[in-house]
Amino acid sequence: MTRTPLRPLARVIAARQSGQNPDAIERENLRMRHEEQRDKLRFRAEGRLFVLGICFFCAFVVIGARMGHLAASVPAEPTSSGVAELISASRADIVDRQGRVLATNLSTHSLYAQPPLMVEKERAAEELGKIFPDLDVDKLKRQFTGKRKFVWVKKKISPEQMQAVHDIGEPGLLFGPREMRLYPNGKLAAHILGGASFGREGVHSAEVVGVAGVEKQFDELLRDPARAGRPLELTLDLTVQAVTEEVLYGGMKLMNAKGASAVLMDAHSGEIIAMASLPDFDPNNRPRPLTSGDQSDSPLFNRSVQGVYELGSTFKIFAVAQAMELGLVNPETMINTKGPLTWGRHRIRDFHNYGNELSVTKVIVKSSNIGTARIAMDIGTKRQQAFLESLGFFEPTPVEMVEAPTGKPLLPPKWSEISTMTISYGHGLSASPLHLATAYASLLNGGTRVYPTLLKQDVKKAGPRVVSRRTSERARAMLRKVVTEGTASFGEVEGYAVGGKTGTADKPKPRGGYYKDKVIATFATVFPAHDPKYVLVVSLDEPVELTGPEPRRTAGWTAVPVTAEMIRRVAPLLGLRPSVEPGAEAAIVKASN
Amino acid sequence: MTEMVFGTAPVRTGEPVLPRWWRTVDRWSMSCILLLFGVGLLLGLAASPPLAARNGLDPFYYVQRQAFFGGLSLIVMFGFSMMNPSLVRRLAVLGFFASFVALLLLPVFGTDFGKGATRWFSLGFASVQPSEFLKPGFVVLAAWLMAASQQVAGPPGKSFSFILAVIIVMLLALQPDFGQACLILFAWAVMYFVAGAPITILVVVAGLVVVGGLTAYEGSEHFARRIDGFLSPDLDPRTQLGYATNAIIEGGFFGVGVGEGQVKWSLPDAHTDFIIAVAAEEYGLVLVLFIILLYSTIVVRSLLRLMRERDPFIRLAGTGLACIFGVQAMINMGVAVRLLPAKGMTLPFVSYGGSSMIAGGILVGMLLAFTRIRPQGQIGDILLRRQP
Repeated sequence: MTRTPLRPLARVIAARQSGQNPDAIERENLRMRHEEQRDKLRFRAEGRLFVLGICFFCAFVVIGARMGHLAASVPAEPTSSGVAELISASRADIVDRQGRVLATNLSTHSLYAQPPLMVEKERAAEELGKIFPDLDVDKLKRQFTGKRKFVWVKKKISPEQMQAVHDIGEPGLLFGPREMRLYPNGKLAAHILGGASFGREGVHSAEVVGVAGVEKQFDELLRDPARAGRPLELTLDLTVQAVTEEVLYGGMKLMNAKGASAVLMDAHSGEIIAMASLPDFDPNNRPRPLTSGDQSDSPLFNRSVQGVYELGSTFKIFAVAQAMELGLVNPETMINTKGPLTWGRHRIRDFHNYGNELSVTKVIVKSSNIGTARIAMDIGTKRQQAFLESLGFFEPTPVEMVEAPTGKPLLPPKWSEISTMTISYGHGLSASPLHLATAYASLLNGGTRVYPTLLKQDVKKAGPRVVSRRTSERARAMLRKVVTEGTASFGEVEGYAVGGKTGTADKPKPRGGYYKDKVIATFATVFPAHDPKYVLVVSLDEPVELTGPEPRRTAGWTAVPVTAEMIRRVAPLLGLRPSVEPGAEAAIVKASN
Repeated sequence: MTEMVFGTAPVRTGEPVLPRWWRTVDRWSMSCILLLFGVGLLLGLAASPPLAARNGLDPFYYVQRQAFFGGLSLIVMFGFSMMNPSLVRRLAVLGFFASFVALLLLPVFGTDFGKGATRWFSLGFASVQPSEFLKPGFVVLAAWLMAASQQVAGPPGKSFSFILAVIIVMLLALQPDFGQACLILFAWAVMYFVAGAPITILVVVAGLVVVGGLTAYEGSEHFARRIDGFLSPDLDPRTQLGYATNAIIEGGFFGVGVGEGQVKWSLPDAHTDFIIAVAAEEYGLVLVLFIILLYSTIVVRSLLRLMRERDPFIRLAGTGLACIFGVQAMINMGVAVRLLPAKGMTLPFVSYGGSSMIAGGILVGMLLAFTRIRPQGQIGDILLRRQP
């Protein structure tokens, strides 16, 4: 390669020597260099542009080939439908403990309209109005003739109605398949089942979601496709539930009560066999919640689980049982019942004056507030709290209903000594009837804690012990005596050895203080008393019995006869046979003596 | 005598403007552009009624708007293609600075239309995306700088243009608009390549692009999600890409029929980023191949014509414009067939969009101006007895 100098010095010197102007030579040289560089770059650029052109061409060919490849491939399952997710419409049934259906699904149809497809909009609206009298024809006309492309007409229609709509012959009226939730037993166990409604809705299906009760509590489980339609088994017994509700309804009317509740529980497992709350509703057509007033007056309100009340003297057995358990008293210990018992400015009185002294058994049988309060003072606040907590009175019940957490017991804000005394006879602590049934079952079944449940238990396992077997037995004997010779004499049901405790609590006024003429009358029972199988708690709200010369409101006159009738009818259904009760312990002469 | 009395009759030197324009302009490319505009309208008829329905407008509202903006952009295109290169350069540089200022003002006055990136100025009747107008301006300015650097003792134009490119890329990445940033970087790289870049530097730049891409992948979740979506082998049929691919498959060779397509109802961007899917579904592979042919004709013809060009500025500017045009089309279609990761990029002249339509008109107008036949000094070669 020959090197050319940047400046043509030889020619410049020569030009100078010959007297010429060297600038022209310099300029020519510069031009030559510039042209040389330009040409070099131009040739390089030509090549590179060609490369670029080929690259682009190839890239376009690749894209075209890929398009062709895609276009030639077989169309897969079309997934570009408008619905983002398929709505799972299957919902498991709910059955009772013997497999009888409590809630199931029914295929039906929804009716909707697509106004752009409609021919005679006015006529269609009028015809629909004839088939469904509850529809507003003018509104339908407005919807059909307006700009809307889609109008829901009815969410659920019957086959007859569907045929009638078909007969209108309107192409813009269309049907979508629907699964609806059906409660074939109507109002039965309404509060437990709760109810269901449509969740997400599409034309082709709609989601059924639980809105209350068990339906909501187990919503995901019921909708779980993995269960494959296996029904949810509850502890309820359809027949017993029906009888319970019937007797309770009759009792509520007879005793002029405004509300009532009943809980029937297996004393050993905590399984709820029947649970009722009146007034009730039909879950097929769930009413709207009250918009004003007290929600606890709504038929939707579950008095057994959500309602917390001062349950009165039914609590006395807890104090007495604990005192026996602690060895402070035995059933024959004499307790001072001289009244009134004064503590500060409070005075505790009994319903009647029972004299100066009563045995512990008599305290329960006669339902002496003073006697129980004295026993509670011996026990002391701390030990009383611990015992009531062990029976479940400090927490909402763990029953499998969404409403359960709202049934939180009301405890005194400051648990002073007077609180200890009043709580011992059931005032100052509010709990739900289900709490009471749970505590009675735990105390009387032999002394092991039970937890209320609505799910059928396959394995029965005993909970932690709350009292000894002996204490439990003594408590049952006392309760039995309440029926045979005490306040609950109307509660005797031949052959079923009912034991129980009455409780009549004045209702608190919303602004403090107590009503003189409004009570909650409760009868908590265990039967048979010698071999405890079931616990039944019946509670009437504001009962009054008017057959006598003056209105009677005590539980012995109101709740007890209702409960007795209930047991009389329910016990055979539960498989209990009337039996001859073993005689009193004292009558047996043991061979060893 | 007459001349002595009245003076000489004015003689027009040179050819009149229009005939010369018609003789020298790349008529093939121009026809392709007009055809693309027609295809765009045709597809707008198919793809935009769902959008109009969603916004509660007249079904062909967007088609009317597209026709209006398209006509405007064609006028702009013809105007630019008639100018001479130095006038184009002047306007482009002015336009560049105007849109650069607009880009700087975006964080203050811009809107994001709820899409997570502030790229637009809302003017009420239309929205303007400054980066669309920045692209042709940048290409011309960079070509000018590079061409100047090819003079003996010229300014270091390549470095200047590179610094400019980096600044713009950073501004765009802040929006964030990685698509436009990549286009700017790509245009600069192509021009640098044609301007005679040493191979070693090309390799280094390629490395930098990879590193930058990885940084963006690590730094921006938006970006990372798109890349991940691309790299995963199974395609979720509910994504935009899934719908687009499905639409192409459904279309087959001859399409499902005019107006029968379904994808336009499912894809929110059916009228812009995924218009090719609509085309493939309704008209089939035939129309898609036709569109690809149009784009490749424009790009390849322009590049081949530029091979003859001796003026380095015209050559570089033309190259940059042709490549930016072609690559944008390529990315848009490559995304729809899943050769490239999902990136919102309009199909020039076909997708709906007012400002992108007009910016596209400016871009191809300039390209046509640069690819016109003009004397290339062959006579000088002959006179100087040089080998061409």
